[in-house]
Amino acid sequence: MKIFIRNGRVVDPASGRDEAADVAIAAGRIVAIGHVPVDFTPERTIEADGCVVAPGLVDLAARLKEPGPGALESELAAAAAGGVTSLVCPPDMDPPLDEPGLVDMLKFRARKLSRCRLFPLGALTQGLGGAEITEMIDLTEAGCVGFSQAEAPMRDNLTLSRAMQYASTRGYTVWLRPQDASLSGGVAASGAVATRLGLSGVPVASETIALHTVIELVRQTGARVHFCRLSSAAGVDIVRRAKSEGLPVTADVSINSLHLTDVDIGYFNPAMRLVPPLRQARDRDALRAALADGTIDALVSDHTPVDEDAKQVPFAEAEPGATGLELLLPLMLKWGIEMHVALADALAPVTSRAAAAIGIEAGRIAPGAAADLCLFDPGKPWVVLPSALASQGKNTPFLGFEMTGRVARTVVGGRSVYID
Amino acid sequence: MLARRNPQLNAHGELIHLLSIEGLPRAILTQILDTAGTFLSVNDRDVKKVPLLRGKSVFNLFFENSTRTRTTFEIAAKRLSADVINLDIAKSSASKGESLLDTIANLSAMHADMFVVRHSESGAPYLIARHCAPHVHVVNAGDGRHAHPTQGLLDMYTIRHYKKAFNELTVAIVGDIVHSRVARSDIHALTTLGVPEIRAVGPKTLVPGDLREMGVRVCHDMREGVKDADVIIMLRLQNERMSGAMLPSAGEYFKSFGLTEELLALARPDAIVLHPGPINRGVEIDSRVADGSHSVILPQVTFGIAVRMAVMSILAGNDA
Amino acid sequence: MTSLSLDAEQLYSELRAGVGRLLAPDTVLVGIWSGGAWLAQRLNADLKTNRPVGTISSTLHRDDFGERGLGGVEASTELPFEIDGARILLIDDVLASGRTIRAVVNELFDYGRPASVELAVMVDRGGRELPIAPVFAAAKLTLPNHQRLSLAREPDGRFTFAVKETT
Repeated sequence: MKIFIRNGRVVDPASGRDEAADVAIAAGRIVAIGHVPVDFTPERTIEADGCVVAPGLVDLAARLKEPGPGALESELAAAAAGGVTSLVCPPDMDPPLDEPGLVDMLKFRARKLSRCRLFPLGALTQGLGGAEITEMIDLTEAGCVGFSQAEAPMRDNLTLSRAMQYASTRGYTVWLRPQDASLSGGVAASGAVATRLGLSGVPVASETIALHTVIELVRQTGARVHFCRLSSAAGVDIVRRAKSEGLPVTADVSINSLHLTDVDIGYFNPAMRLVPPLRQARDRDALRAALADGTIDALVSDHTPVDEDAKQVPFAEAEPGATGLELLLPLMLKWGIEMHVALADALAPVTSRAAAAIGIEAGRIAPGAAADLCLFDPGKPWVVLPSALASQGKNTPFLGFEMTGRVARTVVGGRSVYID
Repeated sequence: MLARRNPQLNAHGELIHLLSIEGLPRAILTQILDTAGTFLSVNDRDVKKVPLLRGKSVFNLFFENSTRTRTTFEIAAKRLSADVINLDIAKSSASKGESLLDTIANLSAMHADMFVVRHSESGAPYLIARHCAPHVHVVNAGDGRHAHPTQGLLDMYTIRHYKKAFNELTVAIVGDIVHSRVARSDIHALTTLGVPEIRAVGPKTLVPGDLREMGVRVCHDMREGVKDADVIIMLRLQNERMSGAMLPSAGEYFKSFGLTEELLALARPDAIVLHPGPINRGVEIDSRVADGSHSVILPQVTFGIAVRMAVMSILAGNDA
Repeated sequence: MTSLSLDAEQLYSELRAGVGRLLAPDTVLVGIWSGGAWLAQRLNADLKTNRPVGTISSTLHRDDFGERGLGGVEASTELPFEIDGARILLIDDVLASGRTIRAVVNELFDYGRPASVELAVMVDRGGRELPIAPVFAAAKLTLPNHQRLSLAREPDGRFTFAVKETT
């Protein structure tokens, strides 16, 4: 099918392009931008007047497993509503993705739903038990783009170093949450707020000790590591130094840590119960600057839908997590405006840089590239209400907030998978 | 981000729930203390009952056991002529898996007017206050480590009774402050009432530097902590602290932080000693001090009933 | 504030004469907070009873707690004598519906069982809603419901009346 997108403002971080241009698509790929051949006769024309035409968003962290039946359908629909065309999900499905057959099945189901491209992470260890490593080669052939323990700890550093060693044989990336198993039992970030509220704290040392440990193992094994969800200024410094040393590490930060602090817990709002916990203002500021200067490669939604019942309990008992696929775009835009970052640069952490971190072909608008696009109105206001969210999870810290920036249309391989 | 009204106050700034002392204006604390004075006299009459809460149902919801606190609330409610229903939830439906909110909904259907709640998790009373019917008042009888506002208020009443003016006092709080809801409520009350010097005294594992942000001076030396103090509030040391690698033994704790007569002599000659109870003799406090002339531990209990009567009657008189 | 030609000091003289005639050797005066309390204190001194005078508050027994809440706590009950078997003369400034008197009598009975309780007031403005009657009133008058009458005490101890419009 030949499609013509007219009068949009094309913004492509990979090439630095930001200009009014038309886009021509054929057979699911981009054929031309700007100078469209006169003999191109489209079967469909899409008016993009007032819209930004950006690469489809690449979200490196979205859970698809909960809360209810039909979760895959609803959460991929939420991805499409959020302008996400490439999505990485962690392996902690039920059962965990530790066998190629399970990965095949998941990819098959996702393909049938035709909402976005799914790039699963395989389990690093069998059953995510932290002990025996999985058949990483077979899992990669089935479509896994990396290996992760999700939230589960490794049995010990010896096992971790062996798992990293094995993964590095073929250059697979190991995705790890930087949290020390024994120090991360608290429910809020250690600090004045946790002390005042009487909540058990997670010290920054939980993150820094884990980062130091893993980086030592990277030096030793040469494994590629992606750090999931940095939360502290000290953590940012450690990653910055590792990168300057030339170590093969990348990192991401969640939309929640980018905008919120521990003060936002307020009167024990369970929507603020998150992992990693929300830290102090200076940590948030360091994370925002690190995303701008590239120390942190990607911004992720960390989408974790949680059933209402699991949140309406005392803070420490609440299940951690926040829904976020549909907030990735407006919260990225908000960060960009507040940091005075040009739109082409603000989009990078959710498009080209995110794709580069996992080594997939996505997140750019170029002739020959897949026609995965996110058309959005950057100035359109909307209020975050449960009725406005396609996800089954209505648990977001931003409930009731007004967002600016709304997806108008999401295109995957030339097909419109979402229209507002 | 969003400014939120203190859930304890209605639109007119009147108290409709007592969840924490933090965030309450000084005028409300003073109102409670003044009202408590009135109720103290009720305890001396032949008829120790007034009809203010007659026909009202007060439900004691104790998710964490405490016979003493529950009993004082029960006495206070009965002296106000309320009907009191005691629910030891720890033994009943919650252990069968009923959620907290379902329990509250069921009780509200039984026309409760007031919930007195004790829970092991910080913040639980806020959840209840958010979800109970508008006319129902919630009194926090202790939530996790966060707050025990009626204890804080009765401690303030005790201090006011013996010392009169708050703005010239030096108050030392000694013990396991990081795990203590009583300490937090005391600190908020003391700062709101204008006490200029508040000291948090104890070993680093129990008195972390973070506490400074609450407006206290952190002391890890008992002699420094009690020197020239007008008021010493001793906290109970719980056994779990020894098993959690926070303290080696009760014996070593007593040697460095137990209140002995010798240490008490460093405080002001007319210093008073408070303790929320129950006391661990020989662990945080020497028997001779607990039973001595500076101790006001027993009057605290009497004041506690009057303070709780004051809280309940003020709440019952305010609309949501 | 409208000026009503009510001379409080004049009425006090009448009240003093009336109460003087009612006093028995063992009568104790109990003034209802606040206006009644002032009156009782001055009466007790002027009549040279040589007995302590009591103050009583209706706060804890009012029937409008549900609407008004507790109100202020300055009012308090202080009865420095044995109530059991006492002959009590309650003193108040203005009597209207009688509800305050009902509350005060309930409060009194929390302390013991008096032998008798009587009431003397400065002004009876009518509008009774309960079966309550004073044995003496220095003045009887009618005021519209929207006007509130209250006793004030000047710094030098003299009494005056204030009439306020309630909206």
